[in-house]
Amino acid sequence: MLGIIRQKVGAGGASLLRTRSAVSALRSYSSAGKEMTVRDALNSALDEEMSADPKVFLMGEEVGEYQGAYKISKGLLDKYGPDRVLDTPITEAGFTGIGVGAAYHGLRPVIEFMTFNFSMQAIDHIINSAAKSNYMSSGQISVPIVFRGPNGAAAGVGAQHSHCYASWYASCPGLKVLTPYSSEDARGLLKAAIRDPDPVVFLENELLYGESFPVSAEVLDSSFCLPIGKAKIEREGKDVTITAFSKMVGYALKAAEILAKEGISAEVINLRTIRPLDRSTINASVRKTNRLITVEEGFPQHGVGAEICTSVVEESFGYLDAPVERISGADVPMPYAANLERLAVPQVEDIVRAAKRACYRSVPMAAAA
Amino acid sequence: MSLTTSTKFAQPLPLNTTSSRSKEHKLLFDPFRTNSFLGSTHKLRFNSLSKSNQTNLHRRSAIVAVSDVVKEKKSKPSTNLLITKEEGLELYEDMVLGRAFEDMCAQMYYRGKMFGFVHLYNGQEAVSTGFIKLLKQEDSVASTYRDHVHSLSKGVSARAVMSELFGKATGCCRGQGGSMHMFSKEHNVLGGFAFIGEGIPVATGAAFSSKYRREVLKEADCDHVTVAFFGDGTCNNGQFFECLNMAALWKLPIVFVVENNLWAIGMSHVRATSDPEIWKKGPAFGMPGVHVDGMDVLKVREVAKEAIGRARRGEGPTLVECETYRFRGHSLADPDELRDPAEKAHYAARDPITALKRYMIDNNLVTEQELKTIEKKIDEVVEDAVEFADESPHPPRSQLLENVFADPKGFGIGPDGRYRCEDPKFTQGTAHV
Repeated sequence: MLGIIRQKVGAGGASLLRTRSAVSALRSYSSAGKEMTVRDALNSALDEEMSADPKVFLMGEEVGEYQGAYKISKGLLDKYGPDRVLDTPITEAGFTGIGVGAAYHGLRPVIEFMTFNFSMQAIDHIINSAAKSNYMSSGQISVPIVFRGPNGAAAGVGAQHSHCYASWYASCPGLKVLTPYSSEDARGLLKAAIRDPDPVVFLENELLYGESFPVSAEVLDSSFCLPIGKAKIEREGKDVTITAFSKMVGYALKAAEILAKEGISAEVINLRTIRPLDRSTINASVRKTNRLITVEEGFPQHGVGAEICTSVVEESFGYLDAPVERISGADVPMPYAANLERLAVPQVEDIVRAAKRACYRSVPMAAAA
Repeated sequence: MSLTTSTKFAQPLPLNTTSSRSKEHKLLFDPFRTNSFLGSTHKLRFNSLSKSNQTNLHRRSAIVAVSDVVKEKKSKPSTNLLITKEEGLELYEDMVLGRAFEDMCAQMYYRGKMFGFVHLYNGQEAVSTGFIKLLKQEDSVASTYRDHVHSLSKGVSARAVMSELFGKATGCCRGQGGSMHMFSKEHNVLGGFAFIGEGIPVATGAAFSSKYRREVLKEADCDHVTVAFFGDGTCNNGQFFECLNMAALWKLPIVFVVENNLWAIGMSHVRATSDPEIWKKGPAFGMPGVHVDGMDVLKVREVAKEAIGRARRGEGPTLVECETYRFRGHSLADPDELRDPAEKAHYAARDPITALKRYMIDNNLVTEQELKTIEKKIDEVVEDAVEFADESPHPPRSQLLENVFADPKGFGIGPDGRYRCEDPKFTQGTAHV
């Protein structure tokens, strides 16, 4: 369906190592210049920041000898040794808290969750020990730490392993929440996160790790860094604004291509940061297009789309020519069966349909469902 | 010390009897006779196995009487005293300060000057004083919600702690922390943590950073030690076990100090714990575990010296279980109806401050008058702290938005496209965020 990759996950013990084939839905996107996978982008960003600052260290399950459950930390153990690339026991609460304590003392830990689903075991430390300490201590104790790992729906892994935590963490003051989409995002935002003096939740996407994106020489430079809190307009348009983050940016771009063929010019905003949310860029776009579609994989209630919708209603109410449409994951725990799973996450055609509705084009009722 | 392990338990908990206690003492392997600190873990493990069939029948084994052993060791010099006069006065002053401060907190709470949950430390002073007075300023302390006295022992002024409790701008966290969240970067108080077990990983992380700084950043003089305080209730929480494992695995410079006051709010330790001897969990993770009378500051201090020294030498963590008692309820809101009055009376008779006083006077280290002078001084310090806190200003409105982020750009970009924190109204606290 529309070139979106649904890789099968092998069953059994070896499935931990889910190295994805680098098949990209966006092959046509790249024409010239250098390409880089999101995996290599993250790996190189980690490598460069560890090389630049000896206070940076990586800690988590399988980050060392195993080279990372998803190979994000490949080669780092050899390069930096076991003192700076620490394999931990399976103790999310323990090692996350240890990371926070190390950050209290000025080190810059990068804590890897094998997936963000496991961060639930450690959320006390992310919220209560990391996010609140600078405030509770009245600025005496800052916590420069990065919590990173794959977030959101993977494929065929069921309800407990397919949960987007963007809106959960984004509701907490003291945290910054970043959601890279492309290799440029991954490199620029991870470097920014590691250099930031505050706790950062860095939500990657397992299904994007193997995707290649074109990267400029600037992006490959070791000084490259993206500003936290700034969205990127991935595609300019004038008829409807589509906001998305992480994997959904690719879907939104795909939808925009389809819409273009039907004469609708969609503007695609890659949010990049969920907290602080770039309300300014979103509202400026809506004031131009007068229509808004929000896309996310997470649950609808109190989601990122809800927050964006509020911002637009508060700041640009008079500019809206159509009701805002939220596209989100279905309001159910993720089902296992492949056909149900597909129904539970947004698809490109959902975005296309919503955009047409917003532009008052006639839309046949969903047949794909 | 006048209060020794042979003290009769007037009303011990149901599973404990004085006779079993003394019998067990005979049975116990005494690690100190072998002249190695706490014995090898192998021996401790062997020891606990050898009597494993009995342990569940008794609340605890005999208290390891470190100071008696130390007395033996030091029997050759002309004096067999455990402390110098100066040390004794310092310990006494710190304990009296902790007690007087907490008593004042109760008064101020009932007068409405402080609010929320206020957990007092009365009765447990020997633990805070016994450990923290041996630490350097660079060493770290992580505490719980019962954190006022740990902060005071570590050097945070009574004024700063009292003001924090009053919610005033002059408090050690400018009123942003409160009773359960004392922090001091200057004194390396890493915080009071309000959740059970939460402080243990953070403390372990602080110890990790000492090791990292020494071994990776090559700061050769970084021998800083972290002491983590927590209660008996925490010892049934997973984070405790996770961190004992990692601290021992990585030989981190940390001392885990259990303030076993026998009660987790209204849950008796013996009703909550399959094997109530917490110290035995140390050897299970490959670190020494020791049990000490937490109502005896000199015994606590001797154990603390060894454990802190061990951590500082890079020999790894130690688990110390201090048997102590809180003289008040869990918090000032606790009606404290479950604890037997006879049990309370028993521990009240073992007041650690009275005991230290008696030891020093019996051994002619100090005069009554000298101690009275200290008590008077502390009364003045505490009175002054209250006056200071009362007169201090409330935090200004602008403070509401301060310190959420170390980098206030975290508040994001405003409608004008500039960072919100650059808006002058932002610092006045009147910006829409």
